[in-house]
Amino acid sequence: MADNSDNKVRPASRQYPDPGVKLRQDPPTTGHSWDGIEEYDNPMPRWWVWIFILTVIWALGYWVAYPAWPGIQSSTAGMLGYSSRANVATDISEFEARNEQFFVQLVETDLDSIRDNDELHRFAVNAGASVFRAQCSQCHGTGGAGVQASGFPNLLDDDWLWGGTMEDIVTTVTWGIRNLDYADARYSAMPAFGQDGLLESEEIDQVVNFVLSLSGADHDSALAAGGAELFDINCASCHGVGGEGDYFIGAPALNNQVWLYGGTPEAIRESIYYSRFGVMPGFETRLREAEIRAVAAYVHQLGGGQ
Amino acid sequence: MGILDHHKKIETHATLLLVLSFLVVTIGGIVQIVPLFYLDNTIEKVEGMRPYSPLEIKGREIYLREGCYVCHSQMIRPMRDEVERYGHYSLAAESMYDHPFQWGSKRTGPDLARLGGRYSDDWHVQHMMDPRAVVPESIMPSYGFMMDRVLTRTDAEHVRDIMRVYRTLGHPYTDEMMENAITDFFAQVDEFGDPVADRYPGAQQRNFDGQPQLTEMDAIIAYMQMLGTLVDFETFVPVANR
Repeated sequence: MADNSDNKVRPASRQYPDPGVKLRQDPPTTGHSWDGIEEYDNPMPRWWVWIFILTVIWALGYWVAYPAWPGIQSSTAGMLGYSSRANVATDISEFEARNEQFFVQLVETDLDSIRDNDELHRFAVNAGASVFRAQCSQCHGTGGAGVQASGFPNLLDDDWLWGGTMEDIVTTVTWGIRNLDYADARYSAMPAFGQDGLLESEEIDQVVNFVLSLSGADHDSALAAGGAELFDINCASCHGVGGEGDYFIGAPALNNQVWLYGGTPEAIRESIYYSRFGVMPGFETRLREAEIRAVAAYVHQLGGGQ
Repeated sequence: MGILDHHKKIETHATLLLVLSFLVVTIGGIVQIVPLFYLDNTIEKVEGMRPYSPLEIKGREIYLREGCYVCHSQMIRPMRDEVERYGHYSLAAESMYDHPFQWGSKRTGPDLARLGGRYSDDWHVQHMMDPRAVVPESIMPSYGFMMDRVLTRTDAEHVRDIMRVYRTLGHPYTDEMMENAITDFFAQVDEFGDPVADRYPGAQQRNFDGQPQLTEMDAIIAYMQMLGTLVDFETFVPVANR
């Protein structure tokens, strides 16, 4: 071969691999020749050949050990009996078995007595916390503080919509609120007083100011005085005469500083005009009974449990 | 070296090389692909799967258009942590009406295979408008513009065309479904409209985005609220050897 070093940017001695070495060894060629260009017939690197042979042997072992070849009805099962579905089922039942005694205890123990048993309560709160983070945190917040003024209730305070006893919380989590998936879901609907023409615009302003007055917020007393009677007729049957709310129909208390959809006059006006219809999914089919009880115990101890 | 000398014959005849290469690839294909069409555990029959309703198709088209699959998978793997978090592992049959399937390959956001019914419509609206308003740690972009994109009869006709294509691919859309495609498209956001669930069992019918007009937000939420809810797992018995 001709010396082509004058085509190169680097001197031949600095090239890698050093082409001079190849030329000195004078290796055999394949005998192919294209326009005078010949092809070296170097052997494959030894390490490469060995890895290739090992992978072939590995494949043979794999065929025997794991599901591999298709047959008429199903594929070969493999000596190790590997099955991703069976594995996940075993995996889950193994963890369930470990928690079994607590799960059974959780289901059997009276809801209000769970907190009397220290060990069980500790388990329930921890298990409930992990259920909460996976299933509830997207709406109620990672720490349970909800989303302010957006209709996702804060679970840290003692202001409840549908009641804050263990039993109430279990019912809410199990069936949810105003969803169409469960007939047992908690349900109530506030009329859209403005949209449906039940109250005139000025009347709504009066009610807004009366509602603001219930919690001692800034308001126009003249308008509020007019709103008192309207409130008695239209709102008191659910929200209570003094705005104390009613757990039985999920009517929020209006006599405190906690506002599910915001406590500004505009937000309250919107609530009265269009009404609100908060929906929560039920978890009856998503969680086991013990898990629902655990998450209830967790929520109950967050601060506002009754 | 006898057999290797024959190799030279193949290398020097382009046509022979082509024919033999094709033969080898065909064998590989037959062994790998054909069994998928007849093995019992790959064509598992399940109760409840149905083709998508017109509005769900529109939602799915938006899902594709916005590239949701880049960050969200729709494939719950059979592993304990995934089953505990997302629900029952995904079945092949659940993607049978997806062309193309939306399994995805990367999760920047969570898996969506069983998203349906997990959140309220209101949550979805707020989350699409401003993801960080409800999930402070989210890095999802906002899709609030969907609230303003009103869907018209043209969109409905386009969906009907898509259904026609799906039909040629073997989706069991009946003549009745085709005839009612446009009506169903609009009816699914009207609680008191013609019940879409008559033709598409389990289809949810209500005003999804809370606005009087039909928008892209309605379509995407209708699609999301259906995801993973079709199969009746009470009747499902897993094939063990899988």
